[in-house]
Amino acid sequence: MSHHIVEFQDVHFHYPDGTAALNGLSLRITHGESVGIVGANGSGKSTLLMHTNGFLLPQSGSITIGDQKLDKKTRQEVRKKVGLIFQNPDDQLFMPTVFDDVAFGPLNLGLSPDRVRECVHEALETVGCLGLSEKPPHHLSGGQKSAVAIASVIAMQPDILVMDEPASHLDPKSRRALINLLMHFHHTKIIASHDLDLILDVCKRCVIIKEGRVIADGPSEEMLSNRRLLEENNLELPLSLQKRDFSPGGDMDEITKLHHLLGHWAEHNSEHAKTYRDWAKKAESLGRKDLAELLLRIAEETVAMDRLFQDAMGLCR
Amino acid sequence: MHMADALLSPAVGATFWAGTLGTIGYCARKLKENMDEKMVPLMGVLGAFIFAAQMINFTIPGTGSSGHLGGGMILAVILGPYAGFIVMASVLTIQAFFFADGGLLALGCNIWNLGIYPCFIAYPLIFKPLAGSGASPKRITIASLISGVVALQLGAFSVVIETLLSGRSELPFGTFVLMMQPVHLGIGIVEGFVTAGVINFVRASRPEILESASSARPLSGGISTGRVFVGLLIAAVLTGGALSWFASSNPDGLEWSIAKVFGKPELPEKETGIATALKSVQKRTAFLPDYDFKKHEGAGEGNRGTSWPAVQPGTSVSGIVGSALVLAAVLLIGLIIRALRRKSV
Amino acid sequence: MFDSEYFNLGYLDTLSYRDTVIHRLDPRAKLIATVLFIVTVVSFPKYEIAGLLPFFLFPVLLFSLADVPVKFILKKVLLVSSFAVFIGIFNPVIDRRIVYSLLGVPVSGGWISFLSIMLKFFLTITSALLLIATTSFPGICHALQKLGMPEIFVSQLLFLYRYLFVLTEETMRIVRARDMRSFGNKGKGIKAFVHLAGTLFLRTVERAERIYQAMLSRGFAGRLHSVRSYRFSGADGVFVGATIAALYLFRAHDIVGAIGRFSMRVF
Repeated sequence: MSHHIVEFQDVHFHYPDGTAALNGLSLRITHGESVGIVGANGSGKSTLLMHTNGFLLPQSGSITIGDQKLDKKTRQEVRKKVGLIFQNPDDQLFMPTVFDDVAFGPLNLGLSPDRVRECVHEALETVGCLGLSEKPPHHLSGGQKSAVAIASVIAMQPDILVMDEPASHLDPKSRRALINLLMHFHHTKIIASHDLDLILDVCKRCVIIKEGRVIADGPSEEMLSNRRLLEENNLELPLSLQKRDFSPGGDMDEITKLHHLLGHWAEHNSEHAKTYRDWAKKAESLGRKDLAELLLRIAEETVAMDRLFQDAMGLCR
Repeated sequence: MHMADALLSPAVGATFWAGTLGTIGYCARKLKENMDEKMVPLMGVLGAFIFAAQMINFTIPGTGSSGHLGGGMILAVILGPYAGFIVMASVLTIQAFFFADGGLLALGCNIWNLGIYPCFIAYPLIFKPLAGSGASPKRITIASLISGVVALQLGAFSVVIETLLSGRSELPFGTFVLMMQPVHLGIGIVEGFVTAGVINFVRASRPEILESASSARPLSGGISTGRVFVGLLIAAVLTGGALSWFASSNPDGLEWSIAKVFGKPELPEKETGIATALKSVQKRTAFLPDYDFKKHEGAGEGNRGTSWPAVQPGTSVSGIVGSALVLAAVLLIGLIIRALRRKSV
Repeated sequence: MFDSEYFNLGYLDTLSYRDTVIHRLDPRAKLIATVLFIVTVVSFPKYEIAGLLPFFLFPVLLFSLADVPVKFILKKVLLVSSFAVFIGIFNPVIDRRIVYSLLGVPVSGGWISFLSIMLKFFLTITSALLLIATTSFPGICHALQKLGMPEIFVSQLLFLYRYLFVLTEETMRIVRARDMRSFGNKGKGIKAFVHLAGTLFLRTVERAERIYQAMLSRGFAGRLHSVRSYRFSGADGVFVGATIAALYLFRAHDIVGAIGRFSMRVF
């Protein structure tokens, strides 16, 4: 399975009006990685994404997806491996109902009608939108739209998911749901976004690009906590890492800081507990009582731990 | 102006539907033969654009009244006649469903009036030669104005013809034409200005869009407008022939044959002189003393001579009572079902 | 004006996704029944009034069985800027022959034919609105395709339906911005409109480009496939059969007259 690589080698691309969007970009991503692409507006993020799918082809240099070199002939094949999720779900969901939309890709792959229905069912189940199947996209909320957009892509069972600003249309709660969803995918993920907190949560690796070239590449925590590096590239620290100044004057004392950190650490506890319980149910339905029990205990412990966090935060006040 | 179901006879409605369906089928075949797949989403979204733009009102200078875009000309210029017509037809279809503009039977007429003329007459015969291939805004403006006016004049004239052939309105031809054409002269000029404005705006800010749209579309000189015109001429002659056949040999065309099929003894409905009109009114109008005739068809023969408008009070009242009872029964049925449904919910 | 039209559009669309006996019928059955209904109604001659009354049974049944809000549809029918009313109103002006005396009040042929046009107008428009209020638009498109409409026209209708709401919403935002900054009629002229429409046009073309990319990335190769299967069930057959039988009965027989005479004899 390790052959699902994405490799850019010295890729150059100029738009017809002369703007150089990619300027000798090189990047190698291997199977199962989750990579965040960050950079200021006009840094070449979108152009980079357009290359993963063959909408744009490199003018010089080469791109390899899996074991195929990307060119005019192979791009049809490459598109089956790379699922591209667009920024605006209204552009992504072009069919009149959710079902038709999710079925669009599998049908184009030439699957049988029954197999198509299965694929649609699985994909909608994965994103938790089974009930929406017959709805037209304009009856969905923003969060539902982006979940269905993801379903429409994963229904084709791609190896690599490429996303452009996946959360830019979402309210905080839907954004959080999306992040949880993405964390559970085992696909190779490439996410371009200005939402650095999202990158921090979802991606282990982070690539900073500027003027069509890779400026820095490394583990997300390292990259995204480097204030100087970020500011040089017109970015700023993720909100969760910013030490905000709440008191009217002077520096935040250590206790207040701890209070914020505790909040950050405990942020996902309740969601995790819920996930453990869900899996416990699944394990039980599969006949693995032992696993189910253990998972339930983990869930309980998590809830208990969350209470401890709340207590600690209470003491910090 | 949208033609309406209530003004149509089935024969006229069906004839124009036939013409419209034929054109849709013809365009679909043409597009299937040589269309860039890029056109599929472009056509769809441009239809939605026309739909949305039509909902915006603007004030017409000098009149204070407000107008809105028609869109047929813009579509023909940008997408070419075949795709333009299909898109216009789909916009009108959605309007017929969601806004009840005119109705479903009249939709055939409306697509004909607002789609065929801009796409297959005004665009190939007027706009293209006048605008030329050059990108002179002045020429585009003049071409749009003249083709807008011609398309709408033809459309308005068709409305007159359709209404008169259906025989539901009392308006005489001359009055009707004098009423419709001048109003639509104004609407046509506005349409022309707006078409020119939008096309010049797009040409000035993003010229490549018009070029890429026109290179993706199928009719880029390959098919002569002459052939299209001849085809339309044949269609027009056939339609005209069919219509006049319906109108003359079969009084009220289809409904005559429906009546025959349904076995209801109906008299020719074509009202020409006052005498025949009176007679038919006497025979058919529900409130009139005809009920007795129908009941005792044979025995009542002698009563036909009853001088008009001597109304026999008994039968007239029976008509009114019948009407009232039918309406009351219908209403009652509705109320009962509603009540039952509420209960079960 | 724009807002309320948009709201009506959305509301009608929402109604069509409800779940009632009528909603569950096959779209083909409803489309065929509606078309037959309209043709039968307009097939009545110019001076017919009484014969049209029994046809009110159809909208009443649909309103109640499908639980469609009556007020909403009636309002929509009344608000339709109708060409039929505009043209029909000339009938009483032109045709002044007195043909009937209603309890001593003389009535002209023109008024009778005008009333007939109004009844037909109400019946045909209401039935079209009821069709869309009880059938989702994708369902209607599917029916059209099954009944032989060319594929490209149907896919065009589906695209239009999908982006109608997206674009009208976008337009509404632009129009609101225009209205907010235009005092009186300034800024509502043709020039402002052209600028607005031009901007909207450019955005639309860019959107088409993005949609095309999204389609390509999911393997689009020129055709929009579908795996939908609507089944024309026994209930659908009964529905269409009953409609045809009732239409025939109402068209070929003088129901109103019969009921009237019968009741006269009884009382």
